[in-house]
Parts: sequence; structure tokens; C-alpha cells
Amino acid sequence: MSTHKAVVILVEDEKQIRRFVRSALEAEGCQVHEAETAQRGLIEASTRKPDLIVLDLGLPDRDGVDFIRDMRAWSTMPILVLSARSREEDKIAALDAGADDYLVKPFGTGELLARVRAILRRLALPANQQSPVIKFGSVRVDLTSRNVTRNGEPVHLTPIEYRLLTYLIAHSGKVLTHQQLLRNVWGSAHEGNHASLRVFMTHLRQKIEGDPSRPQHLLTEVGIGYRFII
Amino acid sequence: MNDQRPDPDQLLHLLKEQEIRAQRGKLKIFFGASAGVGKTFAMLSAARQLRNQGVDVVIGIIETHGRSETAALLEGFEQLPLQSLSYRERMLQEFDLDAAIVRKPQLIIVDELAHSNVAGSRHPKRWQDIEELLAAGIDVYTTVNVQHIESLNDIVGGITGIRVWETVPDRVFDQADEVVVVDLPPDELLQRLKQGKVYIAHQAERAINNFFRKGNLIALRELALRRTADRIDDEMREYRQRQSVDAVWQTRESLLVCIGPGNSEEKLIRSAARLASKLDAPWHTVYVETPQLQRLPSQHRERILKTLKLAQDMGAETATIPGNEVAEAVAQYARNHNLARIVIGRSHSRTPFWQRSLAARVGTLAPDLDVIHIAREEADNRADSGDSNIATEINWVDYLYAAAACTLAALISALLYPVIELTNTAMIFLLSVVLVAVYFGRGPAVLAAVLSVAAFDFFFVEPRLSFAVSDVKYLLTFVVMLTVALITGQLTAGSRYQARVAMSRELRARALADMSRELSAALVLEQIGDIARRFIESSFNAKSALLVADENDKLRAPIGASTLAIDLGIAQWAFDHGEPAGASTGTLPGSPILYLPLRAPMRFRGVLAVEPLSTRWLLIPEQRRLLDTFASLIAIAVERVHYVDIAQRTTVQIESERLRNSLLSALSHDLRTPLTAVLGLTEFLSITKPNLSVEQHDVVISIRDETRRMTALVNNLLDMGKLQAGEVKLNKQWQPLEEVVGAALAATSNLLSRHVVTVDLGADLPLLEFDAVLVERLLFNLLENAQKYTPEGSRIEIKATVAEGCAEISVEDNGPGLPEGMEEQVFEKFTRGQKVGAKAGVGLGLAICRAIVDAHRGRIWAEKSALGGARFAFTLPLGTPPEIKLPLQIDTRDPQVFGNGEPLRTESHDEHA
Repeated sequence: MSTHKAVVILVEDEKQIRRFVRSALEAEGCQVHEAETAQRGLIEASTRKPDLIVLDLGLPDRDGVDFIRDMRAWSTMPILVLSARSREEDKIAALDAGADDYLVKPFGTGELLARVRAILRRLALPANQQSPVIKFGSVRVDLTSRNVTRNGEPVHLTPIEYRLLTYLIAHSGKVLTHQQLLRNVWGSAHEGNHASLRVFMTHLRQKIEGDPSRPQHLLTEVGIGYRFII
Repeated sequence: MNDQRPDPDQLLHLLKEQEIRAQRGKLKIFFGASAGVGKTFAMLSAARQLRNQGVDVVIGIIETHGRSETAALLEGFEQLPLQSLSYRERMLQEFDLDAAIVRKPQLIIVDELAHSNVAGSRHPKRWQDIEELLAAGIDVYTTVNVQHIESLNDIVGGITGIRVWETVPDRVFDQADEVVVVDLPPDELLQRLKQGKVYIAHQAERAINNFFRKGNLIALRELALRRTADRIDDEMREYRQRQSVDAVWQTRESLLVCIGPGNSEEKLIRSAARLASKLDAPWHTVYVETPQLQRLPSQHRERILKTLKLAQDMGAETATIPGNEVAEAVAQYARNHNLARIVIGRSHSRTPFWQRSLAARVGTLAPDLDVIHIAREEADNRADSGDSNIATEINWVDYLYAAAACTLAALISALLYPVIELTNTAMIFLLSVVLVAVYFGRGPAVLAAVLSVAAFDFFFVEPRLSFAVSDVKYLLTFVVMLTVALITGQLTAGSRYQARVAMSRELRARALADMSRELSAALVLEQIGDIARRFIESSFNAKSALLVADENDKLRAPIGASTLAIDLGIAQWAFDHGEPAGASTGTLPGSPILYLPLRAPMRFRGVLAVEPLSTRWLLIPEQRRLLDTFASLIAIAVERVHYVDIAQRTTVQIESERLRNSLLSALSHDLRTPLTAVLGLTEFLSITKPNLSVEQHDVVISIRDETRRMTALVNNLLDMGKLQAGEVKLNKQWQPLEEVVGAALAATSNLLSRHVVTVDLGADLPLLEFDAVLVERLLFNLLENAQKYTPEGSRIEIKATVAEGCAEISVEDNGPGLPEGMEEQVFEKFTRGQKVGAKAGVGLGLAICRAIVDAHRGRIWAEKSALGGARFAFTLPLGTPPEIKLPLQIDTRDPQVFGNGEPLRTESHDEHA
């Protein structure tokens, strides 16, 4: 990684929360800019060229989900959502609008930093694209030869499983809703077929994970979707 | 070339019939010419054969008539006990219909199709019992003799001189699935009779002399065989129609039977019914009510209604039509209903020479219609003409008025006598006659004419004050006056009758319009009940009550106050069967109340109970039709109110749900935000520089842990709040259990870092349908619970097995286990396995578990584990998982996800790189 300090915009109206999130992120080595309102957040986001936006959904001036949608109109920069709304529908709405991850309040500093790291790590991926080999755990995925091995043994994946895996890898750290996965891997005609997706994930997990009931990489976000972490 | 295909309408009709028949039981009739031919014997033998083949056969009722052969055949059959009914202080045994329907055998034997039930039974006739058995899907074997067939009843009566009163409608016989003729030559039958095999010896002698004469037997046998042949003919024709063998399709014949007020009309109806069934044609029966007929005494009118009812029972459509001229009304009706043949009874008495017969008049009016004459019985006709002379009630007051009018005319004439001429005096009298005719009708007018002529003659014609007619020219005055009186009276009576008919029609139409308007404004059932009561009261002068069914199809008590003595049993029967019951129907006609089921577009909604002052008006077709229209208007209104109710309830439900959700989310937001700050700041404190002292650090850690506990408590309370608010909306989806177990383990990985956790979900565990979030919470709580009550290093096992109809998932440990007797209590709120205070946390966890499992219709329990500790297990119902429908291959695009997915590099990143 370069010496570049990741730039984070923190959009949050609660002063106390801003304070500790900022300290935690700074301790992680990020440069943090704060915004109290959605409007300030948009100004900061468009001028500071941030690597990450940490966004509270319950802002005083407008709904966070609308903020995400606006952002996605012109930018693909990662967005980590913090919210007191714990219902799955709220999470899915934010994720489908384009958020990368979601943390329900109250959360621990450790949790927050782990999510931030995962997102930042994905940003760093393209640097390795010249040697398109991705390793996680004992698994090695060669994107050019399309070979997948585990503990040195070849893993046989069907074309669709391979496609699913590479899509997950490409969005590692990001929570992918069922609908996003179905749309992007199978096509929009298959949205809504959640049960089938789950069966495919189970198969993939059995081939990739050491202990499928305690996955290390293909994590289930219950009621929402999946998240791949390296 | 003729079109060889069957008419599609006919085919559709046939299919519908077959469909109905498939659900119904099958009726097999053992048909004989007379008693003693061995029908019961044949029936029991056939039933025995079926029983030996394993068919579930039950004897409903058998009349053995003391015959030992028959009694012997009964052995080994299951017999339903008869019910005892008391009738005129005698106990009578009767077939128990309800018991038979409850028992529901495949086949039931019910002897004597034509039997009339003891009063107090549900139906007056046994064939009605059998219809209900068939409708319930039970096959029935029964027996009947030829003389009991309704349309042959007269003929048999004519041959044998003995009338039987127990008859069966022809359609029951014709619609039977099978008819077996049990035939015995007359000689053999007589032989059997003499041997005492038919009747017990002392009865036999009398029977042979009366009924069982050889001539009778031959005739009866012929009738029976012919009737069966007719039936076979029908079957054959039906078969040919279905097979489309017939080259030419006959157009449907249809009959219109015109009945009069006489008492020989029943025979006319029976003949017409026979004719209609031979032609396989629909038929109508009408009675034209002319002004003259209106004046008939009530017993005559009742007989007409009975005749119409008989026609209806025999399958005709019936109507009474008001009209001045019978022939005109009949021809009009025939044209409106497209009926090609008119059946008219021919009387033996000659029509007066100035009147043409009805048949001739109809013939002139409608030359394209066939007119069929059927002979009436002479004897009856004579009795009839005697009857019809009974005078109608005479309104004497009218005659007094007539006399008064004449007196007045005489007085006026007397006053004017010196002034005007005699011919003008006659005019005054004529005026009075016309006025009387207009206001009081024909009778008073005739009286007025007679009185006027008398007065005119007596007072004004020379010689005055005597009746001697000196001048013959006044005879003409007399004749003119009488004629004017008769004509005017006739005309007035006719137009008055027409006006009355029009008025009653107008009243009916207005009542319907008013009622439907009021019903459409009704919003609650009470209003509908009230409107129904008012309109039925005013239109029919009858009391009524509205009974509406609840969700379980049980009728509730009448809506609003009701003075009717309603029998809920009959009402429920009418509702369940969708048929009217009670007064004037075939079911429990002894009841004074008529129960009409309320058929709405979607389903039956309830029953309308109506108690008329006399059941007679229920027999009048028009009245009955009006009542049926009322009932269907009410039914539609009840249905509408039902849906309005549902819509309202749904709105309230949605509203309260929204309120609850916003309350919970507000609460959750307000509690979580400060907790986030406390938790985050505490953690922040522990990593600040310079490092805290050991003591300070401990304090910070304690604050953090307490905050976490508080967070868990808030989460539990909010969850419980959601679950307890009732009607948890489960987001059930088909999914592998493995996913949620994995997620629960991931969520508890910190908690369980010092425990040994093993997972065995079995290789063949199917997909299950559940709410992932809730079940993860459930597993999380169970794991957390296990961690809380076991020392570090303990083993925790998660297992799943498939049991009967459900999956059983368990979390067990080798810790200290549950205290004795606490297995059930732990699931209650604020209960913990150990003494309060021993461990942190409020005992909501397991209560939430139970709520979640309950919502999934599963079971949760705690028990001792084989590992030595506690075992918590719950079940989730199995089902049929959906098919996996996603394609295994994507053949179009190359799976270059990196290429066509979202770009990996963000522009901003590039610039920072």
C-alpha cells in the first residue's frame, strides 16, 4: 500500500458518536472529515475525493437512503452505513440503493474498524490486477486460467459457480443482497428466486470452505444476503 | 349431408350432469308390478353379493312383512337402528336418516321408495330421504311398485279400482342410475300368494279377492314392463345423442299446460307430465286468472295453487297470469316462452253455442301453435260445475246504494216531471244505472236497471202508479237499460280488475326498488335485518328474521329482536344444503316458518326465516318469486356488508401495525443512539494515550461490558415487544439451516471462544421454511444461554435430525444441567435456571425463543442431555421445498464478472494512487 492516507467522510449528526468514530478511524490511520447534515456530507464528498463515506441513515435534513441514491448517480465510492434501524428491510433498502456495508447501532469500535479495513482492502485490489491470482485461506483463484484450487487440489466448479465466486470476490467486503447477486450473476429475470440462490451458495461453500457450517469467507448476512471476505 | 356432430350445448349440459352425478351416490331401483314379486329378495341378494366383495353395506330399513325368506336374508348385515317417533300417542318406527348420513356406508338399503314418513320426520316422503342420501354420496338400493309411479297412478287406479296415495315423482324413477325389473308371471305370483309367501295367510284371501285378480296382475305387469321399456328407450336415445348416431337433431319440444279452476285438473297435469316425459320436453303450467275467476271462493283458489304445486313437483315451471281473456293470455305466454304446444283439458259438458271453446279461440289467435286436447274426467266435472255455483260473497251495501241511486233518480224525475218530457226522464234513470255500474259493478247495476224500469213504469208511465204497460214502446227502454247496465258493469269490473293487477304489479316493483335502494345504503347487519323485516312485513304481511352465518358456517342467532320461534336446526339444514326448508317445501313442511337460504355471488351468507299468516300465499308462484328476489337482494347486501367489514378491519389492522412499527423504531432509535455513544466512547477511552492505569482500565472494561449487557437487554426487550404485539409477520423462506447456524456461530464466536462447539446437521437435512432472522436469533439465544450456564471448556453440540413431519434442532451441553422441575419454567419471562443474581442478564432469552418457535408452529422444550448437561430442542415443520429453478449454466455471456460488473477501481482511488 502506498503511503496515502485513506480519506473518510463521516456524516453523522450525533456529536458523541462522531467523536469516537473519528478517533477510531484516525487511530487506524485515516484522514477524517466530519459532516453534520446530508447537505454538508454531499459537499464534503464532492470536494474531498474520499475513499470511504461513513453515513448515518437518520440525518436531520434528509433520509440517508436518498443520500446514497444521489451519490450513486455520480460516484461508486464505498459507503458504510451506520444506523439505529435494525429491521432487515431498512438494511436491504440501503444496500440496494448502493451502500457497501451496514452496521447496526450500537456497535463496537472493533467491529467498525474491521468493516472499514475490509472495504479499504478491496480498494487496494486493482493494484494486483497484473497478476490476477487471488488467495484466501487455503484457496487460490487464478482469474486468467480460471483455475481454482484448495490446499493445492483442483476444485471443480460449474461455470455458474465460478461466475458466482468471482462476482463475490470482485465485491469482497461488500454486503451483496440476494437480489443484487441474482441480478448480476443470473440476470434480472431470476430476481426473487432466493431459495435457489441459497442452494447454490451452499454448494459453493461446500467446495470452498473447510467447515461449511462455520464459513470463513462466504459469510451469510441473515435475512439480507452474503458477504465475501478474504 | 347432415351435421353429425352433437349440439355443443347439449354436450355441455351432459358434462355438467355427469359431473354432478359423479359426486352423487348411485340409485338402483328394484322395480316390480306388484307386491310379492320378490323385489326385496332380489335387492338383498344383490346387496349380499356386494358385501361379500367387501363393499360396506348397511340396512337402513327393510319391511319383511313377516316373510321368513326375507328375514333369513337379513342375517349378517349391519342394520341401522330405527328411530321412534310418537304420532297421535302411538310410537312408530321410522328410518333414521341422520344416523345413516353419520354412518356413511358405501351402500345403504332403504326399502319401499314410495313410503310416506311418519309426521315429524324431516321429509314427508321417503324418496326425499333417499335424495339426501344420494346427495351425501351414499349409494342406495330401494324398491318400488308400478302403482306408486306418480304419472301411472291414475291409470293403475282406473284398472284396479284401488287408489294408492303414496306416489313417487317420475323423475326420481327416471333419474335412477339403474332400474332392475323383478318380474314374476301372474300365475306364479298367485301361487305364491296362496302358499302364504306374500302375505300372512289370513291377509292373503282378502288380497286375492281385491287387488290380486289375475286380470289386474297382467295389466300391472304390462305397465311395469312398458314403463321400464320407456326408460330404456330414453337411455338408448341419450346414448345415441352422445354417440352422435342420430342424423337429425330434433328441436326441443315444449308444452304449455293450461289449467282451470276445476278439480279434475290434477289428471290433466299427470297426463301432461307423461307426455312431456315421453317427448323429453320442458313444460310449463299456467293458470289464467280472469276477473270472473277472481271471485271464486277461497277453497277453489287453494285447489288451483295445489294443482300448480303438483305440476311444479312433477317438473313444470308454473305461473299464474292475470288477464281478461284466457285464450289471449295463454297464446301470449306461449309465445314469450317459446312453447310450441298447448295442452288443454277437454270437458264433456258442451260449451254454450254462443261461446267457442278455449281450444278454438287459442287456435284462431295462434294458428302456428299445436293445441292438444286431453279428456277430463266426467264425474269430476259435474261435481265441479255444482261447486262453482257457490256464490261469492255479496256486498249488500252496494245493492243498497244501487237502490238509493234509483230512489234519487225517481225523486229528481218527480221534481222535473212537470217540466220535461217522458223520454228525458228515462235518461235520468239511465244515468243512474250507468253510475251504479261504474261504482258498484255488475250486480248492483242489474238491480238498478230493474228498479229504474220499475220506478219509471210505476211512477211516470201512464197509467201512473201502476205496472200496466199501456205503451209497448217502453219495453224497449227497459231492454236498453238492462243491456247498458250489464255492459257497463262488465266493462267496469274488467277495468277495475286490470287496475288492481297493475297496481299490485306496481306495488311489487316499487317495493323491490325501495328495498334495494335502502339495502344499498345499509352499512351494518342490523340495518339489513331491519330493512328486510319492514319490507317483508309490508309486502307479504309476514313476520321475518335474518340469520347470518359466521366464519365456521354456523348460523348465529337472528339479527335484532325477533318474535319468531325459529328452529335453528331447520335453518342450519337449509343453509348447509342451500335449499329452502320449512313451510311449503319438501323438508319439514310442518314448520310454520319458511327458511330461505341466502345465496350471494360468492357463497351462501345466511338464512331468511319468514312466517306468513297462512302458508297458502307461499304457494302462489308470483309471491314466492318476489320473496326469492327479496332474499337474493338481502343476500347480496349481507355479502357487501361482510366485505365492508373485512376492509374496515384490514384498514384498522394496517393502521395499528404502522403505529406499532413506528413506535418500536422510534424507541429503538432513541435507545440505541446513546448506547452507541457510551460503548464507542468507552472503547475509545481504553485506547487513548497515555495508557490508563490498570485500575482505570478495569473500570473502563466494566463500563463497556455493562453497556453491552444493556444493549443486549434493549435488543431483547424490543424483540419481545415485536413478538408480543401479536401477529408477527414472518418472512418465511426456504433455506438451508446451515446458513443460519453459521451466522449464529459467527455472532457468538467471541462468547464461545472458550467452549468446544461441534455441529452435526446431518447430510440429508432438506431445505426448511423459516424466518432466517428470527431463527438466527433463536439459535443465538440458545448458544448464549449454553455459554452462560456452563463453565469454560465445556462442550456444546448443535444437532439437527429429521423426525416425523418436522426437523428437530437441538443445542446441548455437558454443563451442570437444569435444576429439577425447571424444564418448563425456563421459557417463561424473567425466569432463569439458577437463582436470580447468580448470573447476569434478564431471563428474556428463552421466552423469545419460545415466541419464535410458536410463530413457526413448532415446539420447544428443555430436557436432560445425554452429555450430562441441558438439552434445548425445537422443531420446525417440514414441507415441500420449491424446485431449484435457476439455470446451472449461463450460455450467453462469458462470466467475466470483473469486466461487466461494477468497475473495481474508483476514480477517486485512482487519483490518490
